[in-house]
Amino acid sequence: MSNPREYDDIPGTYVFDGTHSRNGYELNMFCMSLNGESNREAFRSDPDTYLDQWSLTADQRRAVVERDWLAMLQLGGNIYYTFKLAAFDGLSMQDVGGSMSGVTTEEFAAMMIAGGRPADGNRFESEWTGAQGGDSDG
Amino acid sequence: MAELIGGIGTSHVPAVGAAIDNGRQAEPYWAPYFEKIQPARQWIADQKPDVCIVVFNDHASAFSLDLIPTFALGVASSFPPADEGYGPRQVPTALGHPELAWHLAESLILDEFDMTIVNQMPIDHGCTVPLSVAFDQPEAWPCRIIPLCVNVIQYPAPTGRRCYQLGRAIRRAIDSWTGDERVVIFGTGGMSHQLQGERAGLVNLEFDQAFIDRLINDPAGQAEVPHVEYLREAGSEGIELVMWLIMRGALDEAVRVVHRMHHVPTSNTSNGLLVLENG
Repeated sequence: MSNPREYDDIPGTYVFDGTHSRNGYELNMFCMSLNGESNREAFRSDPDTYLDQWSLTADQRRAVVERDWLAMLQLGGNIYYTFKLAAFDGLSMQDVGGSMSGVTTEEFAAMMIAGGRPADGNRFESEWTGAQGGDSDG
Repeated sequence: MAELIGGIGTSHVPAVGAAIDNGRQAEPYWAPYFEKIQPARQWIADQKPDVCIVVFNDHASAFSLDLIPTFALGVASSFPPADEGYGPRQVPTALGHPELAWHLAESLILDEFDMTIVNQMPIDHGCTVPLSVAFDQPEAWPCRIIPLCVNVIQYPAPTGRRCYQLGRAIRRAIDSWTGDERVVIFGTGGMSHQLQGERAGLVNLEFDQAFIDRLINDPAGQAEVPHVEYLREAGSEGIELVMWLIMRGALDEAVRVVHRMHHVPTSNTSNGLLVLENG
């Protein structure tokens, strides 16, 4: 358990605090191992055996295998770590941003060119209507 | 004594580094941004600093979750570009300034800032992109580099006030160094951006402009802004802006604005650049 935080009411945001860090240690350290070229080769040639080196939970392992970028965050991943897996796949931050917010890369890039996601309506859970402004998830 | 001649605040977006590395500065997406930073490049080319202190954050390159220093000062004689997961950037190895860096470490620690001293530190885009922003693509970086790495990834980052005070302590250290080096300090990261979660893509131009206004005119006031305001208003990665307060703290109370620009977007980020001289 952990104490309530003043940032808990920011929607669609996973602040990488101690709780996330504890939950995500193995997941993030797996991702960081991909900084090494020989590790990238090993992961490429035999992903299952490579993943066995880290004590991932079943959910974390599923998120990695399925490249579920949002689930990785929810399970303790930090974006700078999980992005190393995305880069391994040849993805850009806009691919991952689109995936996490439920739109295509093209839609996400167009939103950025139009000035990004506005702060208005996106500051508090109480005013949040979802990443596309239509549903009540998040 | 050594002289602090000015400070640069700049975002450190990886895509900017990639645009430079891949010769894309003239492409329609990038040309407006590179046009807007040109006066900063001209300023630093004219100033010819001997040393740049670059305040930045590591992104799981030199440090992992095994060791998370809040303030880490690089005292090595060289800092190679890091492999961040897709091969190191093809940029020069940064040459350090161990004598001045050790003086900074000693001075800061005795000034009650408990720095971590680092002899091995590959530098990632957080440090190399600001160098590319300032110097483009030289064969070798034209000055010595002292990297100062700040944890802003693992919550909590140091407070704005602590960062501002560290900047002031850095200034005292520079002023007490008997060498005659001309020094520029970089504060990097930001501006508003959120890379993660369903709220990814957040940009808050109003916050960014107000941050820069206040950084120039009321830095001690800006230093009091709590983390939750950055997280809510500037996005989860907008918290990097506290590093600009270290740069600002090192400068005089009154500063002259040499150049200021803002550009949205560079990749997923609101990109700002500010050049200040002591007033």
